[in-house]
Amino acid sequence: MAVKKLPIAKAINESLRRALDTDPKVLVMGEDVGKLGGVFRVTDGLQKDFGEDRVIDTPLAESGIVGTAIGLALRGYRPVVEIQFDGFVFPAYDQIVTQLAKMHARALGKIKVPVVIRIPYGGGIGAVEHHSESPESLFAHVAGLKVVSPSNSSDAYWMLQQAIQSDDPVIYFEPKRRYWDKGEVNTDAIPDPLHKARTAREGTDATLVAYGPMVKTCLEAAAAAAEEGKSLEVVDLRTISPIDFDAVQASVEKTGRLIVVHEAPTFFGSGAEIAARITERCFYHLEAPVLRVGGFHAPYPPARVEEDYLPGLDRVLDAVDRSLAY
Amino acid sequence: MTVESTAARTPRRASSGGGKRASASAKKAASAKQGAAQGRDAAQGGEPELVQLLTPEGERVENSEYDRYVADITPEDLRALYRDMVIARRFDAEAVTLQRQGELGLWPSLLGQEAAQVGSGRATRADDYVFPTYREHGVAWCKGVDPTLLLGMFRGVNNGGWDPNTNGFQLYTIVIGSQTLHATGYAMGMAKDGADGAVVAYFGDGATSQGDVAEAFTFAAVYNAPVVFFCQNNQWAISEPTEKQSRVPLYQRAQGYGFPGVRVDGNDVLACLAVTKWALERARGGAGPALIEAFTYRMGAHTTSDDPTRYRRDEERAAWEAKDPILRLRAYLTAEGHADEGFFAELEAESETLGKRVRDVVRNMPDPEPMSIFDNIYADGHALVDEERAQFAAYQASFADAPVNAATGGEVK
Repeated sequence: MAVKKLPIAKAINESLRRALDTDPKVLVMGEDVGKLGGVFRVTDGLQKDFGEDRVIDTPLAESGIVGTAIGLALRGYRPVVEIQFDGFVFPAYDQIVTQLAKMHARALGKIKVPVVIRIPYGGGIGAVEHHSESPESLFAHVAGLKVVSPSNSSDAYWMLQQAIQSDDPVIYFEPKRRYWDKGEVNTDAIPDPLHKARTAREGTDATLVAYGPMVKTCLEAAAAAAEEGKSLEVVDLRTISPIDFDAVQASVEKTGRLIVVHEAPTFFGSGAEIAARITERCFYHLEAPVLRVGGFHAPYPPARVEEDYLPGLDRVLDAVDRSLAY
Repeated sequence: MTVESTAARTPRRASSGGGKRASASAKKAASAKQGAAQGRDAAQGGEPELVQLLTPEGERVENSEYDRYVADITPEDLRALYRDMVIARRFDAEAVTLQRQGELGLWPSLLGQEAAQVGSGRATRADDYVFPTYREHGVAWCKGVDPTLLLGMFRGVNNGGWDPNTNGFQLYTIVIGSQTLHATGYAMGMAKDGADGAVVAYFGDGATSQGDVAEAFTFAAVYNAPVVFFCQNNQWAISEPTEKQSRVPLYQRAQGYGFPGVRVDGNDVLACLAVTKWALERARGGAGPALIEAFTYRMGAHTTSDDPTRYRRDEERAAWEAKDPILRLRAYLTAEGHADEGFFAELEAESETLGKRVRDVVRNMPDPEPMSIFDNIYADGHALVDEERAQFAAYQASFADAPVNAATGGEVK
């Protein structure tokens, strides 16, 4: 059994390597993904080993990257596209929403467009503007796309394998502030299905739902709450489209309280969707309204105040207290 | 007026299409030689050259660069090109009629662009792949797509509805210019596969303003992709003339990207065939992309919803009628003795038969089942789609099961 301890960025790198190695149709495309290995070094060494034809440095044009990836997918390739930063995806948004998401349906299922779009997302790294955003809801809102976000190395590795194997377009959001967090990866494991949530910590008093970078924050909050005698369950959603509502429902039926945590603004965010659907599913189990902790309806703020904008331990625990007060 | 704007405007006045035959505007460009237009700028004060093999009067003019691409063309081939254009026009007319009768929601007519589409379409081989806009009905015909399949999306029974891989003809693309990137990516894939085929990306004059088209040019050039960019400059992007899109002739855009651009008489099927063959051959041979600007005219409205009388003059249309693509080939066929009245009569009957078939098929196209809303959204399925499908099915079923509406107490239909 091959168990390695890898940071998330390296787990993604190994996963890409495995995909390139096992499927000659897999391509890696993006800005600076070649010699540089990407601005986060996620694709480090791949071009050296697989060549410029398979690990492709593209012109600096996001719509062009995704648009040509669609064409390559129509030709039978499985492109894995890197968008350099969350805030840079919007030039490609038209191709993703108007073309990529709809093509399978428009052809009455006759063609498939298995494109994976990797996007490092979220804040907490002290970056300049357009480098810290969380646009996952803008993609989850679009039928035809699947949206996932791993929180740890093992999921980063396996969910990318599954995303590449999927015949659907998958937007794969990488928690860039957690890139260097290490975790065990068993490369021989039989992974959980891609679109299943995972209970990251069991608890009985309230449920925290998070994905990507906020899972760690919620686990820290749960640990802190435990010291105060509160038992919090943490559900790592893993997949934002589709959402594993059965898993969230099961947890809420147990705890009676739900707080959804994400970096993205709460307004029209994934937390709003979860709150609505869980209220429908668990109306008679809920002891308190579903609460959300997330970004404000404001442009992502300058780095010097981003810690005030981002959900942290205290804001999560504050929401827990408010929930428990009902 | 600047040199650039002169260059952009003069072709619209060059009613003879800039061939050897003298016209008022051609005289001004006495120094501009007929023939090789590839990658050349318009001479200062002159006008962009335009490849033409058949004059509007149906006279064959020699062209040292492009004659070789149609050198082996037979009278039978010429009759076939004529047939394609007539059928494309007849099909298009039937679709316009069907829209007027309420059988289609919308129709974008190709009237006037038959030569550009048939010439370029017939230049492709079976292993070449086409990425159309939404007006390439003539190209679809050349690629062997059953014309009735094109009508589903305009009737509102589907959003595309054919298998692009059956004929190498991708779905129509409505958002302008997007498909040029798909074409480029597909061509990159062909090159990776070591395939011998090439790709033709169709788009219009308006699309040249889109960022996606610019990016497609960039990617195609950088990766030397075997893609031919075939721009039908029909002079109007809905109500905006080409001058609102560019200050230089469109074919000259190619120069900045490092590949050749050619302007061809888009109403000359022979010239369109020759120039597209040239571009496809060089693409297959590894020489990379080329841009063809087929200089033509949209004789009809942008779509059946459009009213061109609000923005263009009848005189302009009348001037282009004299350059009709079908009439000029008919004149040539007749003058050369390549076709007799029997051929034309037979073709007339054939196109009427097609018109009737199209009419019958469209009128009998069933509306999709409501539950089909949930079909083919994902290849691998999606839990939310499954849930909503089940909920909607239960809702539908509730009408069948309950004789009385529980909420209102009224009768259910």
